[in-house]
Amino acid sequence: MVKRHGDRLPSISEIWAALEGVKDPEIPVVSVVELNVARQVEVHGGHVRVTFTPTFAGCPALSAMRDEIQRTLLDLGFETVEVVLKLDPPWTTDDLSQETLDRLRDFGLSPPPRHGGNVRLVLDQPAACPYCGSDDTEVKNQFGSTGCRSIHMCRSCHQPFEAFKPL
Amino acid sequence: MKDGLRPHLASYLLAMADDEMVLAHRNSEWTGHAPILEEDIAFTNLAVDEMGHAGLWYRLHSDLVGEDPESYPDELVFFREAPFFRNVQLVELPRGDWAFSMLRQYLFDAAESVWLPALEGSSYPPLAETAAKIAREEIYHLRHTQAWIRRLGRGTEESHIRLSRALAELWPYAVQLFVPDPAEDELTEQGVVPARADLQQAWMTKIEADFEASDLALPESAAPLSVDRRAHSEHLVGLLTVMQSVARAYPDVLW
Repeated sequence: MVKRHGDRLPSISEIWAALEGVKDPEIPVVSVVELNVARQVEVHGGHVRVTFTPTFAGCPALSAMRDEIQRTLLDLGFETVEVVLKLDPPWTTDDLSQETLDRLRDFGLSPPPRHGGNVRLVLDQPAACPYCGSDDTEVKNQFGSTGCRSIHMCRSCHQPFEAFKPL
Repeated sequence: MKDGLRPHLASYLLAMADDEMVLAHRNSEWTGHAPILEEDIAFTNLAVDEMGHAGLWYRLHSDLVGEDPESYPDELVFFREAPFFRNVQLVELPRGDWAFSMLRQYLFDAAESVWLPALEGSSYPPLAETAAKIAREEIYHLRHTQAWIRRLGRGTEESHIRLSRALAELWPYAVQLFVPDPAEDELTEQGVVPARADLQQAWMTKIEADFEASDLALPESAAPLSVDRRAHSEHLVGLLTVMQSVARAYPDVLW
């Protein structure tokens, strides 16, 4: 049943625009498109198939995002929506755009440094404080309130903060 | 991959998934009980990560046995009885003290740190892709547990004693990780999975270096306490009773 588009199905660009409205429930300033978890869209008549690549495999927000993608595309007028899991190429923070990294910082999360495929290279690098920008910070915990976050302390402005872990 | 190998690979993957799932549950028992808040958070994260990894292995297993990868994993985890679990006994042992849980997690992480890169070379692409995905996340686990065994090993007399005691107890259980499944040879010959003897060698080299930095002596080689993944200690039933209780009380509920 087509609800919003008269007797035609939504175009690919309308689908992507709708997916921009699906946010990560734990980082609501970033959409599934910007987060690069919704990777590909294929339409076959009234059926739409979205390729989904998980961030951290155990993240509980993943199923919430998949459900929300389903709901959004059903609302857009598709009869059936399929969200398929694809692990290759693996999700990496290196694929996030500069704009997305800036948005993470404005949200209060220190953005992940680029690592070129080897996370070990940047793990000893101090995270920049998202509040005052200082690099004089220390790791308090490699694990944080969600799978993708670590906890840090800024020695300059004395503010504790979280960072998005490089992956 | 030859069709005849599918059931063998399915049981190999079920074993991997069960290892991660049962360990995840034991780790989750530290939630609210760890010695300091940071470690409470850390162990909870380790639990969630390992559960996520188990989920990926269960999906691959489901594909190979012709079941739905979305729903079958829950069925396996919540509605299977203890004799049908294929985890090593290492992961089902009660959580013990902090040193015991930390060292168990370290021994497992160190095994994964040699296992996953080897699986990335698998001739079965879905397995190679899943290993590559999990290997990236595991970097954080090993880094954490390595730092902690160093801290406990070189900390106080008490922490050193507890860590050494944990090692003596865990060692004959840990080596069960490297006992091949009965039908594994053919998988290895076809390049689907690495040879466990090679993995064990790489694991020993890895932990020897970390133990040295932690003032721990590498134990004498020991025979595994069990060589059959169908055999479990008395602890698994109790663990499953807790883990499965809600799902079994409300089998038709939608989460």
